[in-house]
Amino acid sequence: MDGLAADPALLEVRDLRKWFAGPRPGPFRPRARVRAVDGVSFDIRRGEVLSLVGESGSGKSTVGRTVLRLMRPDGGSIRFGGADITALGRDALRPFRRRMQLVFQDPYASLNPKMTVEEIVGAPLDIHEPATPAAERRRRVEEALSLVGLLPSHAARYPHEFSGGQRQRLGIARALILRPELLIADEPVSALDVSVQAQVVNLMLELKERLGLTILFISHDLAVVGYISDRIAVMYLGRLVEVAPTRALFATPRHPYTEALLSAVPIPDPTVKRERIVLAGDVPSPLDPPSGCRFRTRCRYALPACAAEPPALREVAPGHFKACIRDDLALASAIGAA
Amino acid sequence: MERDRAPSTAPAALAEDEVLAVRDLSIGFRTGIGELPAVRDVSFTLRRGETLALVGESGSGKSVTSLGILRLTPRAPFCRITGQVLLRGQDGRVRDLVTLPEAEMRDVRGRDAAMVFQEPMTSLNPVHRIGDQIAEAVRFHEGLGRRAALDKAAGLLELVGIPDPRRRLSSYPHELSGGMRQRVMIAIALSCEPQLLIADEPTTALDVTIQAQILDLLRRLQERTRMAVIFITHNLGVVAEIADRVMVMYAGRVVEQAPVRPLFGAPLMPYTRGLLRSVPRLDLAGLGRERLAAIPGSVPDPLAPPPGCSFAPRCGHFEPGRCDAAMPPLEHAAPEHLVRCVRWPELAAGTI
Repeated sequence: MDGLAADPALLEVRDLRKWFAGPRPGPFRPRARVRAVDGVSFDIRRGEVLSLVGESGSGKSTVGRTVLRLMRPDGGSIRFGGADITALGRDALRPFRRRMQLVFQDPYASLNPKMTVEEIVGAPLDIHEPATPAAERRRRVEEALSLVGLLPSHAARYPHEFSGGQRQRLGIARALILRPELLIADEPVSALDVSVQAQVVNLMLELKERLGLTILFISHDLAVVGYISDRIAVMYLGRLVEVAPTRALFATPRHPYTEALLSAVPIPDPTVKRERIVLAGDVPSPLDPPSGCRFRTRCRYALPACAAEPPALREVAPGHFKACIRDDLALASAIGAA
Repeated sequence: MERDRAPSTAPAALAEDEVLAVRDLSIGFRTGIGELPAVRDVSFTLRRGETLALVGESGSGKSVTSLGILRLTPRAPFCRITGQVLLRGQDGRVRDLVTLPEAEMRDVRGRDAAMVFQEPMTSLNPVHRIGDQIAEAVRFHEGLGRRAALDKAAGLLELVGIPDPRRRLSSYPHELSGGMRQRVMIAIALSCEPQLLIADEPTTALDVTIQAQILDLLRRLQERTRMAVIFITHNLGVVAEIADRVMVMYAGRVVEQAPVRPLFGAPLMPYTRGLLRSVPRLDLAGLGRERLAAIPGSVPDPLAPPPGCSFAPRCGHFEPGRCDAAMPPLEHAAPEHLVRCVRWPELAAGTI
């Protein structure tokens, strides 16, 4: 299960677990447990973009927040730059926090409307480098703004003066001002219009190359993820079901859930006709997930044996991991079909 | 001011197979700083069994157009609607919804034309059982008693693929998943067998696998009922999948309209071209690291529009003196292909 990458990774996550308290099943009975993340392992190499994809409730955002240690994990370990940060307290975490920053989904809710751009973008400096002189602070804010394609003159403005795409640029500038090594972007383009979404995706790729950033990109949009990632990890109900280099995942998916997910994405070309795999029903409740493989209740290839054991994530081709007991399947490619 | 004409030229009636004709529809909102023109001179027709996709980004006027058709926009004087919206009702009569008295409009909504919204949780009433919410429309329009209406509601739930429909009648909205709620919304919309269904981003809030289920459902229901559908979306993948014809809106105006294949295969308006190029495609993903062709800038402020073509400030083919002189008219590039761009002949010929 370990050794997902041979060279030393910037981030190593092993068997990560995060449980939340659910409802009480009855009076005086202990609360149920929502196993939001239930044994997730992956690595991110330096300079790599790893995407975490999944549908709502898959636990992908919880992984992001736990890795950032905005939450304390209930099991497993997180190593960042070789140091174990799994159990560190607030003060001990501080030097790590500046090296990993977050970009939020909603560029409207994540910027304080009463603060100027200079205050917003410079806020991380106030926390991590409070001794920065005013002139230096101003220079760094302007540098961060120009990095994301905004003008130094924007520093005096307020968030409402910007469009959605520009606001997301502000969010990225704020995340970059401390020159972090790892950027965790949780659905950063989902709230944006298509034409603007492309601007922000391009910006992130450009920044990755220019600054050597490592990015954990969390998204439900497989097409966007296909553009931005080096590798993709697919989550379903708190577990990873498949991890592979982008091209391999799309061309030769190995897990039935990945196959279904890929086939469900509509292709913007009316001449492309594909066989669509329509999954029956909804994602089961994480309060009471199915035994064995969690996807088996919606899987068209499920066997009785799938209910027995949760399948381990194992390497089936170089760098290509899957958690499925069936090796006899020929799954549909998202690329060959086009 | 130019006059946009839909391909149909019938003056005040509908051709036999047409369900809806919208002519020169304009919708303006009164604000503290003057009237905000949200939709201008929109014209189109819709035949039985046909699906028209209305595409555009936020602020393009696509949702306001659909709300205006059913007069769900605020009342005068806060909102002004001009033009014609001719709808053929269940009884075969053609009514102009722009001038119809409100009392009659209430009969039209739900019976002749129904709407499904993006967010099923906010469209359903959280304190009523879903059976009663479905039955309400049937009781109102068809005068059925409660028991008969609930029977019909159960049948509708079955039609939209909800398992165990009898038991589900007594569920509350919060007990259902997002996909199930959207199925309930569709059941309500279809309860009186409308001629026209307006679906405003019905799958945008749903996961892709659930979106696939809902698109499948809508397609099956449409085959069965031959209703006309206006599908509003910003997702070009969904458009390619479900639309017969596509209407692209930008800054409140129609900028291109065509059957789905020519629109995707040979778009003429630079905005449509830019939109298609800026969409990441799954079937091409991971092939290379070329950048997506983003459209620079963002949509214009509706209260301070640029002179001439609204798209000119973002357009790669902008030509000073031509593009910023006057709003280009919507012209026929082909019998079914309308485009609003002064340079479309050059674009069509491939000389620019």
